[in-house]
Amino acid sequence: MSKLIFEMSRPGRRAFNLPETDIPQKSPTELFDSRSIRKIDARLPEVSELDVVRHFTELSNRNFGVDSGFYPLGSCTMKYNPKINEKVASFEGFTDLHPHQPAESVQGALKLMYNLEKYLAEITGMDYISLQPSAGAQGEMAGLMVIKAYHEERRDKARTKILIPDSAHGTNPASAAVAGFDIVHIKSNEKGLVDVDELRRLSGKDTAGLMLTNPNTLGLFEKDIIEAAKIIHGCGGLLYYDGANANAILGQTRPGDMGFDVVHLNLHKTFTTPHGGGGPGAGPIGVKKKLHAFLPVPWIEKRGSKYNFNYKKSHSIGKVKSLYGNFLVLVRAYAYIRTMGKEGLKQVSENAVLNANYMLSRLKDTYDVPFGDRCMHEFVISGEKQKKMGANTLGIAKRLLDYGYHPPTIYFPLIVKEAMMIEPTETESKETLDEFVDVLLKINAEIEENPEMVNSAPHTTVVRRLDEVQAARNPILKYDFPE
Amino acid sequence: MIPGKNLKYSKDHEWVEVDGETAIVGVTNYAQVQLGDIVYVELPEIGMHADKDEAICAIESVKTAADVITPVSGEVLEVNEALEDNPELINEDPYAAWIMKIQMADIAEIESLLSEDEYADFCENEG
Amino acid sequence: MHKYIPNTEAEKKLMMEQIGINSISELFSVIPENLRVGDEFNLPSGMSEQELIVHMRELALTNISAYDLKCFLGAGTYDHFIPAVVGALTSRSEFYTAYTPYQAEISQGMLQAIFEYQTMVCELTGMEAANASMYDGVSATAEACAIALVSNRKRNKIIVSDSVQPETREVIKTYMNGRDVILLEIPFVNGETDYEAIEEACDDNTVAVCIQSPNFFGIIEDMDRVGEISHSYGAAFIVNTDLISLGILKPPAEAGADFVVGDAQPLGNPMAFGGPHLGYFATSGKYIRKMPGRIVGETVDTEGNKGYVLTLQAREQHIRREKATSNICSNHALNALAATIYLSLVGKEGIKEVALRCANNARYTQQKLLETGKFHDMFNKPFFKEFAVESNTDIGKLNKVLHKKGYIGGFSLEKKFPWLKGGWLIAVTERRSKADIDDFVQKAGDAV
Repeated sequence: MSKLIFEMSRPGRRAFNLPETDIPQKSPTELFDSRSIRKIDARLPEVSELDVVRHFTELSNRNFGVDSGFYPLGSCTMKYNPKINEKVASFEGFTDLHPHQPAESVQGALKLMYNLEKYLAEITGMDYISLQPSAGAQGEMAGLMVIKAYHEERRDKARTKILIPDSAHGTNPASAAVAGFDIVHIKSNEKGLVDVDELRRLSGKDTAGLMLTNPNTLGLFEKDIIEAAKIIHGCGGLLYYDGANANAILGQTRPGDMGFDVVHLNLHKTFTTPHGGGGPGAGPIGVKKKLHAFLPVPWIEKRGSKYNFNYKKSHSIGKVKSLYGNFLVLVRAYAYIRTMGKEGLKQVSENAVLNANYMLSRLKDTYDVPFGDRCMHEFVISGEKQKKMGANTLGIAKRLLDYGYHPPTIYFPLIVKEAMMIEPTETESKETLDEFVDVLLKINAEIEENPEMVNSAPHTTVVRRLDEVQAARNPILKYDFPE
Repeated sequence: MIPGKNLKYSKDHEWVEVDGETAIVGVTNYAQVQLGDIVYVELPEIGMHADKDEAICAIESVKTAADVITPVSGEVLEVNEALEDNPELINEDPYAAWIMKIQMADIAEIESLLSEDEYADFCENEG
Repeated sequence: MHKYIPNTEAEKKLMMEQIGINSISELFSVIPENLRVGDEFNLPSGMSEQELIVHMRELALTNISAYDLKCFLGAGTYDHFIPAVVGALTSRSEFYTAYTPYQAEISQGMLQAIFEYQTMVCELTGMEAANASMYDGVSATAEACAIALVSNRKRNKIIVSDSVQPETREVIKTYMNGRDVILLEIPFVNGETDYEAIEEACDDNTVAVCIQSPNFFGIIEDMDRVGEISHSYGAAFIVNTDLISLGILKPPAEAGADFVVGDAQPLGNPMAFGGPHLGYFATSGKYIRKMPGRIVGETVDTEGNKGYVLTLQAREQHIRREKATSNICSNHALNALAATIYLSLVGKEGIKEVALRCANNARYTQQKLLETGKFHDMFNKPFFKEFAVESNTDIGKLNKVLHKKGYIGGFSLEKKFPWLKGGWLIAVTERRSKADIDDFVQKAGDAV
């Protein structure tokens, strides 16, 4: 087990030196009122620089990234993170910019953001983009606030409800609730798609909007999208697009053309910006012309060849995030779009969809496929058959760890029992896909022979299965320093 | 279900034992199985007013969190403090691990709850 | 074929055979014809890596940054020194290309690092628990307000001092828009919270009082006083602070803070034109189970070995869905890792030294500016690393002149507070030397 950095401390050890100074140095008591001063030091580590390097290097050896191996996480689009993007995002001309510098000194940054907005607008078929939200969830919140502001501006106070499919990602209803809406759930039909008749029945004068992902979380294209758009627009509501699955449709179709009024994109999914162990990401939103007055401020204005931040927007929802957005994440997405170009992005979606269908075709005879044998860029299989043999999806996921794989998304979407959602992405090779499928088939054979092996997995990881009940009942959330 | 006791049930999987004007409320076996290992019970405040069919407190497990819906209106008289440190009591014996006692504002509300058989039927159709 | 896409034509053929199709376009046939993107897809063609790096360098060099100039600008984002070890370790791909550590058994590295981060935030702030990071200080502050609100549903008034950074207050407003809440902003007096006005505004409908210390003007506020006032009315006390300042200043926990939040960008994260920065969130007692975002907890595995997991997930969006107290999903884990490495490097003594150096540098800079006779102390209050002076000049023009002389000048207060004409907010970190400061002051004095 790895020591905590605190356990490596030795009094007096240093990993940091300030330069000497000619400025007279006063002590805290000379500078401040004694009531303001700290009396007891924070117990930060006292280690050498090599200690720090070894410690975090060791921790990295107990972690697993896309660079380490295959990550078939449905709905996360764990594709390769190009190293050139890391390099350009580290240029001092980007990292060392203070956000409050005058516009004349940051024209390169503004130009990059302005052009990124243009590209994202073209990719999504929307009219205006805001790069401000720092994550998909924040983009959803901002987009829903735009919808709310739109109805309020028209003094339509009845629009209190947002319709959300039961297959939706958890952030959809959470964001809608945060934005102040009531949520109405729409059941999917037996094909896994939005039930258009249900939609017709549930939509009305109190409908503020409908949130959809397309393809949906089952990896299926909502072919009735035009009909759905008509229904929602017909009753005066707006259509919101959750862009988490955009990897399937890059260069093939666009939410703007499908009739969506607001979209958000996840740059850390479709556009290769790294997941960072949980973040940072970016969740820009796009809107149709009629909604642009409600977007967050500031927006980027181009006059002649000069760029500027403009804070004037008649009905802006305000700011959802400090400053302008996760700029260094935007730099990476920009670099990716310039690398791929329009032909490259089409190849992305083609190969992402091909890879997913290939895996599905090899798995469908062994695992239940509740929604047929065609999909877009991801698909859902069920561990129900395996459950009947004495194992379950959780066990299968943990057993995959023994084989050196990160498991797929499990127990989501909620409408499939024992769900496993698999998204290979276009950056994986055929042999990686084959090896992974072979392992899933092997695990199925293991379950037939001896399900306990799978149920008690993982066996070969640095820790065995961890007690999450204990962690939640008696939370230990920080190191307990010895007295 | 549960031997001996004369309990009423709600469609939100709570059980109610009527003791004079007091309703003792807990969650059923069906509920605790659905929740899995319970890690925390957010008990209601004593003295707070509960409205029938409204969420009054929450039970958290590792994989989910569920609201406890008040089966009858009234004032919360007592809460089961043992659940603060040992929420797993609900998993171990859901009918002994009561959550709260409510001074009923309208005894007639009991009539709208389900009997043991009605609840058993309801659960069968749910699953 | 693009270098990021391995499939060869031969392999594609094999895959199509297995699937039972003749061309990939069959897989897209489900998309209605009239929704297909044609050749008018208006994006530039792709670039090779060689071309891209030239293009990006051009864009970067069009900017003039704190790499080229000496920075005296703060206002919420600061030019602190970032040791080389930070970048060397965060660029290890096992960290930065990893997903959220939901599969704990293969994510022990990141989980332990975040556990150490949470511990360090608690040590500095004095609070009992911290979460695994949020987007930035402003959203962390807004979320603290939201948690206070749901913790006491009988009340709905939130009081915020105007000496809190303007953007923080703007974002709190945006977040509160969907809720039934009364947001009361109390004007500052002479650069500091108006304590009497806060007390007058408090009542039994107040759910939280929020201040910032050091505040937007760099001034150290009387946390104890506001803590007492808040608690006497049963309201939660929210303090937004700079973690560097806590190297030598009192932890807000000692003033009775219920939530300590803020932006930890100064700890090992670049200014980055505004993002990604790092929101931290710390709390105690009954609020711990309501903390938004991810939290790492210690536990054991089936063989009794110590390990770490994401815990208390039942509060989060993926489980509670519309009943979650927050919709946060992604966080800023990599930035938190950078902060953890930074704090490990500076350590117990170094954080004090950095804080003290900033305070002394700022004190010296202010003194020198006043000595020119062209600048006056705007508020005359004790400050940490940032202070406001005023001058009979156009600050925008002053900054333009200083820019040509090699300096990024301070924030023009008129931009946010129109009545503070000639107000100049100067931040001085440990990166500025005596020579930098002397020259800056002289050039500033000459320009007025």
